[in-house]
Amino acid sequence: MAQRAQALTPAPRRRKWEWPWWVSPAGTVTALGLFTIYSLWETLTHSSGQYHNYLSPFFSPDVRAIGIQFLPAIWVVWAPLLFRATCYYYRKAYYRSFFSDPLACARPERPGRAYTGETKLPFVLSNLHRFFFYVTVVVMAFLWYDAIRAFIFPNGFGVGVGSLLMLLNVILLSVYTFSCHAFRHLIGGGLDCFSCSRGPILRYSLWKTVSKWNQEHATWAWLSMFSVWATDLYIRLLISGVLHDVRLF
Amino acid sequence: MAEMKTLHVFRGDQSGGEEVAYEIPVEAGMVVLDAVHQIQATQAPDLAVRWNCKAARCGSCSAEVNGKPSLMCKTRVDAIEGEIHVRPMKAFPLIRDLVTDVSWNYEKAKQIEPFAPKEPAPFTMYQRDVERSQQFRKCIECFLCQDVCHVLREHSAKEQYFGPRFMIKIAELEMHPMDGADRLHFTSHQAGVGMCNITKCCQEVCPEHIHLTDDAIIPLKERVADREWDPIRALFHKTAAR
Ligand code: SF4
Ligand code: SF4
Ligand code: FES
Ligand code: FES
Repeated sequence: MAQRAQALTPAPRRRKWEWPWWVSPAGTVTALGLFTIYSLWETLTHSSGQYHNYLSPFFSPDVRAIGIQFLPAIWVVWAPLLFRATCYYYRKAYYRSFFSDPLACARPERPGRAYTGETKLPFVLSNLHRFFFYVTVVVMAFLWYDAIRAFIFPNGFGVGVGSLLMLLNVILLSVYTFSCHAFRHLIGGGLDCFSCSRGPILRYSLWKTVSKWNQEHATWAWLSMFSVWATDLYIRLLISGVLHDVRLF
Repeated sequence: MAEMKTLHVFRGDQSGGEEVAYEIPVEAGMVVLDAVHQIQATQAPDLAVRWNCKAARCGSCSAEVNGKPSLMCKTRVDAIEGEIHVRPMKAFPLIRDLVTDVSWNYEKAKQIEPFAPKEPAPFTMYQRDVERSQQFRKCIECFLCQDVCHVLREHSAKEQYFGPRFMIKIAELEMHPMDGADRLHFTSHQAGVGMCNITKCCQEVCPEHIHLTDDAIIPLKERVADREWDPIRALFHKTAAR
């Protein structure tokens, strides 16, 4: 028989607490399901998301400015929606939770089900993710403009709970957007040789930074989804008069 | 007296088999492979198990411990609550007991175009250009990632997909600054990167903590998308290649 790897008495390994395997898929289905229902309600039943200097992210850019009055949110939300639907992290989340492909690692799947991965319609269209990234970058510019405007009240600069929420939201959305795998590829990941490119140090350090953010991409995906939700809900409650904005100064 | 633990070890071959329970005394620092050796030495000398280094270096002792693809020599007995079930890898044909036939992997490896240097060695390379490939070279070929990958394990799509281990092999070569070959068409078609749905189980089980999905498979999917889904980039690539 072989020698034991450890001759001395090592400390007993502390048992790591693990959630039951179904907690993660059940949580994902609940959160994504509720967010989808909320988004449908918000976009299909409201014609404005504006409360004084606050504009809900669902309604930005404000297409009413160019004369579109019919369900203005619909003209906006398709871009972030498709960006998220084709995001590598959300793909993992919904393949696992909604399609049980696989529900959890090394768990048996329903036998006899045809599986084609991302090679056939509709999932093969996820390859278009980069194009939704480009559109989302444009939307981000509007959201930053809105966030700055949220600090400008009729009597000048001020800070309300809404201003802070909108700022936090746009920061989280930016980190989520710029930690995207397609951006990581675009910024330098597609190169085989950083040193052979123009600006090797810059390309390498940009790629390194995006890679670091990318490691937590799932966290940014959830946090930014909840911040959009919270910001919109807060503004909706202001519009409907349920809440009054708290001005900090 | 030493604490006793029950190990349920799969015994059998292609024609069938079942788990057999063995009681063993637990020793300090014992790993599952020690426990299996203990059984082999005292209760079942014909128990088949493949192993070599007992140091998580050779990649031979891959099995499924309580349903999780693991290296037996890296899985501590005292880290497992309750009974321990040890089974062979599910994705590969069983030879006997805990030993499976992993030769399919070597067949796939042969089909990948090897390193094709752009110029004769020695070359000057910078750390920043080789660090991505270096991560993938940590692979010890334990094939746990292949075992857990549901494309191979549950859908038996071995004809359509080479599996995560070979995605990192291709990525290692494709991202090499001095490699001149182009494997992207191969990656998308014969090797079948599109079959992976990036659900990251391979990354979760890798004993070398290689970021298979994030650092190899997704970047490969992006490179394939450059070529097959992005007319602007594909055009640029063609012009640049001239
Ligand atoms: S991420 Fe892809 S390669 Fe890895 S286990 Fe999942 S399907 Fe298989
Ligand atoms: S990538 Fe990791 S899990 Fe896969 S064969 Fe290599 S070491 Fe094993
Ligand atoms: S990968 Fe998630 S946004 Fe691009
Ligand atoms: S015996 Fe070598 S990796 Fe376990």
